[in-house]
Amino acid sequence: MTALLHVQDLKTRFFMRDGVIRAVDGVSFSMAAGETLAIVGESGCGKSVTSLSILRLIASPPGRIVGGRILFEGRDLLTLTEDEMRAIRGDAISMIFQEPMTSLNPALTIGWQIAESLVLHRGLSKADAMTKAVEMLHKVRMPEPVRRARQYPHELSGGMRQRVMIAMALACSPRLLLADEPTTALDVTIQAQILELMRELASETGAAIILITHDLGVVAEMAQRVVVMYAGRKVEEAPVEQLFAHPRHPYTSGLLGSMPHLGHSLQDRSVKRLVEIPGMVPSLREEHPGCLFAPRCPNAIARCVQEVPPLAAHGAGHSAACWNPMV
Amino acid sequence: MSAAREVLLKVDGLRKHFPAKAGLLSRGVKVLAVDGVSFSIHEGETLGLVGESGCGKSTTGKLILRLLDPTEGQIEWRGRRIEQLNRAEMRPVRRELQAVFQDPYASLNPRMRAADIVAEPLRNYESLGAGEVRTRTANLFERVGLRADQLLKYPYEFSGGQRQRIGIARALALRPSLIVCDEPVSALDVSVQAQVINLLMDLQAELNLSYLFVAHDLAVVEHISHRVAVMYLGKIVEIAPKQTIFTQPQHPYTVALLEAVPVPDPTRRKQRRALGGDVPSPIDPPSGCRFHTRCPHVEQRCRREEPPLQEVSPGQWVACHLRQPVA
Amino acid sequence: MSPTWQRFRDAFRRHPTAIAGAAVLVAMVLIALLAPWLATSDPQALSPIQRLKHPSSGHWFGTDMLGRDVYSRVIFGSRISLTVGAAVAALSITLGLVIGLVTGFVRWVDATVMRVMDGLMSIPSVLLAIALMALTKASVGNVIVAITLAEVPRVVRLVRSLVLSLREQPYVEAAIATGTRLPLILLRHILPNTLAPLLVQGTYICASAMITEAILSFIGAGTPPNVPSWGNIMAEARSMFQLASYLIFFPGAFLSVTVLAVNMLGDGMRDALDPRLARRM
Repeated sequence: MTALLHVQDLKTRFFMRDGVIRAVDGVSFSMAAGETLAIVGESGCGKSVTSLSILRLIASPPGRIVGGRILFEGRDLLTLTEDEMRAIRGDAISMIFQEPMTSLNPALTIGWQIAESLVLHRGLSKADAMTKAVEMLHKVRMPEPVRRARQYPHELSGGMRQRVMIAMALACSPRLLLADEPTTALDVTIQAQILELMRELASETGAAIILITHDLGVVAEMAQRVVVMYAGRKVEEAPVEQLFAHPRHPYTSGLLGSMPHLGHSLQDRSVKRLVEIPGMVPSLREEHPGCLFAPRCPNAIARCVQEVPPLAAHGAGHSAACWNPMV
Repeated sequence: MSAAREVLLKVDGLRKHFPAKAGLLSRGVKVLAVDGVSFSIHEGETLGLVGESGCGKSTTGKLILRLLDPTEGQIEWRGRRIEQLNRAEMRPVRRELQAVFQDPYASLNPRMRAADIVAEPLRNYESLGAGEVRTRTANLFERVGLRADQLLKYPYEFSGGQRQRIGIARALALRPSLIVCDEPVSALDVSVQAQVINLLMDLQAELNLSYLFVAHDLAVVEHISHRVAVMYLGKIVEIAPKQTIFTQPQHPYTVALLEAVPVPDPTRRKQRRALGGDVPSPIDPPSGCRFHTRCPHVEQRCRREEPPLQEVSPGQWVACHLRQPVA
Repeated sequence: MSPTWQRFRDAFRRHPTAIAGAAVLVAMVLIALLAPWLATSDPQALSPIQRLKHPSSGHWFGTDMLGRDVYSRVIFGSRISLTVGAAVAALSITLGLVIGLVTGFVRWVDATVMRVMDGLMSIPSVLLAIALMALTKASVGNVIVAITLAEVPRVVRLVRSLVLSLREQPYVEAAIATGTRLPLILLRHILPNTLAPLLVQGTYICASAMITEAILSFIGAGTPPNVPSWGNIMAEARSMFQLASYLIFFPGAFLSVTVLAVNMLGDGMRDALDPRLARRM
């Protein structure tokens, strides 16, 4: 299967007054058409910056993609001109964001915001585009789509706004959808609706999805493969069942253990303690020799602070960057 | 088990109504943020209060702390009515009733040093010498897992998790009996959440503290609570011991809520449909049972009559027409 | 280091204009302080023989219609202007702070006081100052009081809006929950967080007051004529403008440069408080 997307050794840095932040520090992964890949990690790990880098939406200054290649359907996106990128954004590759209120223009009707990309990328007339926009609203299960198309963002609830974002993103039938924490700001019952919608649309349209999240529950629900990031680097990649059943990297294992999940504390009478990962994420401004997780790692050995561990294979499609992985 | 322990806090028929946006056209329209809430908390227990946005759980917390004044209802602390007390009369009660807030960035005065923030309650109530204050502050710092040499730093020099620990140290300063925790870990990363949750549970065991734990994350609430109350649109729809509510939820909303939480186990992907509809507005709540607009089991009676909270099994109270109370 | 000082320090590094402004201001203050030594002659000394001489080596800024040395008068004039500017800034900030704190917290006071303030603000501040000066005799003290009263309403409005937003901050709720009494809440939690924006406002008031004083003097409603303020010097030279433009040029230049310096300083400080920069903390 030829890869739809092939990210090779991506490096994105932010050049600030008081230092250089290595937000993404040599990340590589591939995606096949139609699959859902989750990129999971905590705040500051570089997952959002990775997706913004793919669409070349990094504010420059102070940010800059300083290295690597992003091959989308064989073309290196980093070599394209701004005009060529603009033709891709919203068309072949779209993105949905976490906070729908700030990502939607409060002064335009939602119908028009969906129609806009159709006019731009497909050359439809305004009337045709608006018709298609209503169709999209219907597709994202928006109740009363004709009426809603004429409304403004503030008249809709959070869940509805997120549906509008999804409609906008899917209007031109993209081959790749980047979803950056799409349900984090939503209530849990609404989150369930949106996740269900995304699953259905993904299989209907055949779009590949990169789902960025910090919530391992969402990963388990949605993803086929998972990339775990820590402090700008990829530390583990695996098919989703493998990741949860046999995490190899101590960080992944720690993350899984530190999350309370339903039913967890009901097993026996004794109060369970959550697994703690001691310490804090290291500063991305400073150079650290060796593995970035070593200071907090229960498995750390001498080699860990001296040499950066490479990604080692642990089974089909499963790799982890660790000198002393979990067994 | 809980009958033997003293009731610290008893809330009965608590209501808080806010006037909706002032204006000629909207006079008399009220936001029924909290609309008839009753529960009690015993010594050494944690009552979890869960619900989605707009359910009134944070407002309930603030009412108990008397940061807001109730429109109606009673609040009893150790048998004494406190909802009508003025500021001076509340002062002795405040010693025992403390709070930890959600936002680790905004709940600490950015212009005060950590030591002064933690010492403020001590200075308010006790006339201690400077040395005594220093010692006790240092002890509090260490108890929450911070180093005493960080006492003189400003909030901006700490991470989110550390700031939350400072907030907890401040809450402990007066040796309270009950702490209202208003979403104390929602703004923290997963691995830091685990540290803070463990800390709160350790402190409870050590100091026999009670918590009113307000949160939207069901897994966290399950982990830390002894009993759980579920709120919807200003009312409690179900309240029960943890074991019961998570294994045998009776209210359809509780069921839907539990179903909606993404489970971090890819082998148990959900096949059921998510709960439909949006969370309605507290300004114009539905008639009868507030949940009837989204309930999969709705009947005629539900649209007309509000169901009372009734005991359906030992210790489990549910507000639903479809559940039979025990005789 | 306190977060406020940190921000000021960072902002100053970013704004060379603010540093330039501060430097010029310091220079002006030194000139005012050292006036007796910097002046070449007594600013009040009349010398009719020497009148209306253009700038020369003997009289760097020339002489006025009564033969007084303009340079010395301008040097001494800095004292008046800086005093008025600083005093008005300090007084209006203090007064405005006290009133604003109270109105922000006590509802019934708020209603009455803000209506009074709105009324005062509807009158342009210069006209208000003129009207107040018309009620009393000319003196530097009265000028300071008049301009202060004209500037206070704006400060009250600023403080009040700060207090209203600060009151909602979680750390204020936390302070109430830990039993802090109202006066202490004002002092410890509200006040420190209002000082920085007030400091910025103070610099703008200082600049505005110096210009208002010059205007008042120019129309004869300000400092007494024998006191050499920059406004007075320019006022006396009104009719001589075509013959002896240097009489207006030098005091005008000093006034402009000082006001510019104060404004640049204020801009630097205001940028230090910009919440966008603050978010990086």
